[in-house]
Amino acid sequence: MGEAIVVTSGKGGVGKTTTTANLGTALALQDKKVCLIDTDIGLRNLDVVMGLENRIIYDIVDVVNGRCKTKQALITDKRFDCLHLLPAAQTSDKSEVSPEAIKAIVDELKEDYDFIIIDCPAGIEQGYKNAVSGADKAIVVTTPEKASVRDADRIIGLLEQEDIEPPKLVINRIRAHMMKSGEMLDVDEIVNVLSIDLLGIIIDDDAVIKAANSGEPVAMKPNSKVSLAYRNIARRLLGEAVPLLNLEEEQGIVAKVKRFFGISS
Amino acid sequence: MAANNQRVIMKGRHGGLTLQLDDQCSFSDLLAELEEELSVNAASEQEPMIKVSIQLGARYLTEDQKRVLTTLIREKQKLVVESIESDVIKRTEALSWKENTDITPVVKTVRSGQVTNVRGDLLLIGDVNPGGQIQATGNIFVLGRLKGIAHAGTEGDSTAVIAASYMQPTQLRIADQFSRSPDYESEGVYMECGFIDDEEEKIRVDRIQEVVKKRPDLANFERRMDNG
Ligand SMILES: Nc1ncnc2c1ncn2[C@@H]1O[C@H](COP(=O)(O)OP(=O)(O)OP(=O)(O)O)[C@@H](O)[C@H]1O
Ligand SMILES: [Mg+2]
Repeated sequence: MGEAIVVTSGKGGVGKTTTTANLGTALALQDKKVCLIDTDIGLRNLDVVMGLENRIIYDIVDVVNGRCKTKQALITDKRFDCLHLLPAAQTSDKSEVSPEAIKAIVDELKEDYDFIIIDCPAGIEQGYKNAVSGADKAIVVTTPEKASVRDADRIIGLLEQEDIEPPKLVINRIRAHMMKSGEMLDVDEIVNVLSIDLLGIIIDDDAVIKAANSGEPVAMKPNSKVSLAYRNIARRLLGEAVPLLNLEEEQGIVAKVKRFFGISS
Repeated sequence: MAANNQRVIMKGRHGGLTLQLDDQCSFSDLLAELEEELSVNAASEQEPMIKVSIQLGARYLTEDQKRVLTTLIREKQKLVVESIESDVIKRTEALSWKENTDITPVVKTVRSGQVTNVRGDLLLIGDVNPGGQIQATGNIFVLGRLKGIAHAGTEGDSTAVIAASYMQPTQLRIADQFSRSPDYESEGVYMECGFIDDEEEKIRVDRIQEVVKKRPDLANFERRMDNG
């Protein structure tokens, strides 16, 4: 019996889909059976970021409406046999599925997978309610901007009303030099305000955008800092105590990566 | 009835009369007897008005009944009812008194979009994040960082205060007064307290120790009962 983790943020465009894709990939790298679910119905992205768009035949709305079995709609990842995607529908609307229907699908998938990772749409309405309905845990993604942190706080408040574990925080798109100069909220400040556990920090890196465009999650890359950050998040999810990456430390990464591979593979 | 004149006892006191009314008989019996009693001791036109305080003992009267009683006394004699005292109050009144004088501890982080509202004083153990709001009919004490909005004295108590371990609010509101944070980035302050300054008639923030001097009756039960 696996666990279902919803990736949510409140604010749009802060990196939910990117986090879902990379976390899924990083967990698959650890030989975990993972199923990603895109609940952003009408604005599906996860398939594109994973480079799987051309394989979609059925989607989640088809499953909900009984046009196909859950298994029929699942797409197997290009790189890992243990990684699957249940895509969102592009032509429908969020109101076409109910939280109960999503929960039923998640519960069904939990039988076969170690992790179900649910990509949540922005906002706090129907789409959010659908996405959290089947989740056991939640990851809240924020960027180091006030508006983003404010919305994360709002979402955490809402998550606390759900029957799930206290959410964990991922701070995305960190720019070390701006944090250092105080132009950006720093990690401590954000964790202080939100007062939930920090699961990981991800720097702002062009490689993420490049990877998303090429349909190959950055977590696949062996030699980048972001990639390592995502893998560390996966390891922390698996219960390992992995220290945070040092933001300033630019050299020595390769050594660290090597060490990491030594441990994990 | 007249044979047993125990239901209404009149006593003279300095500056008026005290009417002690029996609390066992029915209200109608009491009115009847009172009417009789007052008719007997008719006062002459020249006498001045006399102030009466009524003691009901363990009898509870509704507002309507009180009005009937007052009118009766008023009609019969040159008497004005100054006060009606009863040893009992309604359960609901008692509970609302209690609510308004209680300190309610709340342990939580009040997050953006959340509102925590209590009657009486609020003791919040936790932070109020930007976008979060706490409200109390009485005082507010925050053991944590106050970064959102706090509204004390929501039902008009302008003596209410807002104290916080760390004060960096978006807004402070006391009764119907507002004050907001400056538009420039500013650090918060530790152990401070907002209150309405009587001279300036606006909200001021000062060290908690200073405010205690201005509100010596902060912990006083009677004050909170009256204002709650
Ligand atoms: N660490 C990062 N460094 C650089 N770019 C990033 C990073 N994380 C995300 N991005 C970029 O930010 C954009 C938004 O990311 P993403 O689509 O993951 O956000 P989202 O929260 O899923 O958005 P939506 O609310 O629209 O679903 C994308 O173009 C993505 O490539
Ligand atoms: Mg998305």
